[in-house]
Amino acid sequence: MTSLRTPVPADLESQADLTAEIKQLQAETRPGDAQPRLDWPPYRSSLLRHPTKTLRYADPEGAELVAPVFGQTDIGELESDLTVQPGGEPIGERIKVTGRVLDGDGRPVRGQLVEIWQANASGRYIHQRDQHPAPIDPNFTGVGRCLTDDDGWYSFTSIKPGPYPWRNHRNAWRPAHIHFSLFGTEFTQRLITQMYFPGDQLFALDPILQSITDQRARDRLVATCEHELSEHEWLLGYRWDIVLTGTHATYLEPGDE
Amino acid sequence: MSELGVTPGQTIGPFFHYAMPMPDDRVLVPLDSPGSVRLHGHVYDGGGNVVPDAMLEIRQCDASGVVPRVEGSLRRDGSSFTGWGRSGTDSEGHYWFSTVEPGPTHPGAAPFFAVTVFARGLLDRLFTRIYLPADPEVLAADPLLATLDAELRRRMIAVRDDDGSLRFDLHLQGDQESVFLAYPRHVG
Ligand SMILES: [Fe+2]
Repeated sequence: MTSLRTPVPADLESQADLTAEIKQLQAETRPGDAQPRLDWPPYRSSLLRHPTKTLRYADPEGAELVAPVFGQTDIGELESDLTVQPGGEPIGERIKVTGRVLDGDGRPVRGQLVEIWQANASGRYIHQRDQHPAPIDPNFTGVGRCLTDDDGWYSFTSIKPGPYPWRNHRNAWRPAHIHFSLFGTEFTQRLITQMYFPGDQLFALDPILQSITDQRARDRLVATCEHELSEHEWLLGYRWDIVLTGTHATYLEPGDE
Repeated sequence: MSELGVTPGQTIGPFFHYAMPMPDDRVLVPLDSPGSVRLHGHVYDGGGNVVPDAMLEIRQCDASGVVPRVEGSLRRDGSSFTGWGRSGTDSEGHYWFSTVEPGPTHPGAAPFFAVTVFARGLLDRLFTRIYLPADPEVLAADPLLATLDAELRRRMIAVRDDDGSLRFDLHLQGDQESVFLAYPRHVG
């Protein structure tokens, strides 16, 4: 029987070295930064892919002031339940992930598209570039979409994704996460991020999560397990709220206070 | 009023190709339909390599300068113009859209596509604009372009190909690094 395991590349850095590098860089950054650092060498793929010039401030105008509009015609009926598959149920811990999408002023973002994608329970994506030798689940694609309701709530039923290895450094593992894509009411509020699960011991080791150098900001990416959201003999419930940046429109829509 | 704790961004990662782009989301108007234009280009990293795992989204006015508020960008009905599209890059780092040229939002305004850029290796989204090649006086009067020197201004303006397409290459880093934008109320 041939082994699926690949030889350990000797030239890659150890986790201990990488963790020390993260700690060193975080010590040099000021607290309170809400966003990841783009210039962040511990995430090796970022080295040639981050701009080096300061961002230019622009006053948003025209199309920048209006988010794209999505509706029921954009979404299939069952796309918010990733466990409903033609061949049967996927393997793994059944979960619900739900929360509110708010703008920077606390207003709910209504009727807007939320998209997610994730690995299966064994940490494998259905993507041809994912070479992790963990089993593909024939009943799990890991892709979901829904629209927020009038109070900004989204909700997905899924299975808990597994952590997975990657080649950033030797013996590197991503903490379990779900990729989230969000829109606000303005184009300028666009956000793609990742939601993590509480208590994961891999957080401190992960250069992607740690690129957000402020602990409180990192904590905003971690869902909470809430018993009230769990369903009797059916699934565990997780709550994760999302706050987008503020809008620039100077008027209030009818019904807003 | 104090800002709520804004949710930080994270990289789109390597595995979005199967999840995000839809068959027609880059086709804002049918290919080669009257008034259509192809907006396309390559995405490069700081070493001059193409970036095969980037994704661009565009938001724009219609030809009369109005921003559509119309659903149906993920599953097109073939006739509505939604003013939004999404294109991944292919193995050559190439993206493309079939769309219309945005009109000026008011007389004398320089039309542009608003753009968001995502990529594996890019820890948060970037914003930029792709301006239409237009009257130099119109471009020079644009509030953003007016703050840039000639070289940076040039980098924000699409090039007209011989076949009429609009070409715009995006450089995440390097000598030709594109101009990326922040808006007021973006924090951190
Ligand atoms: Fe991932």
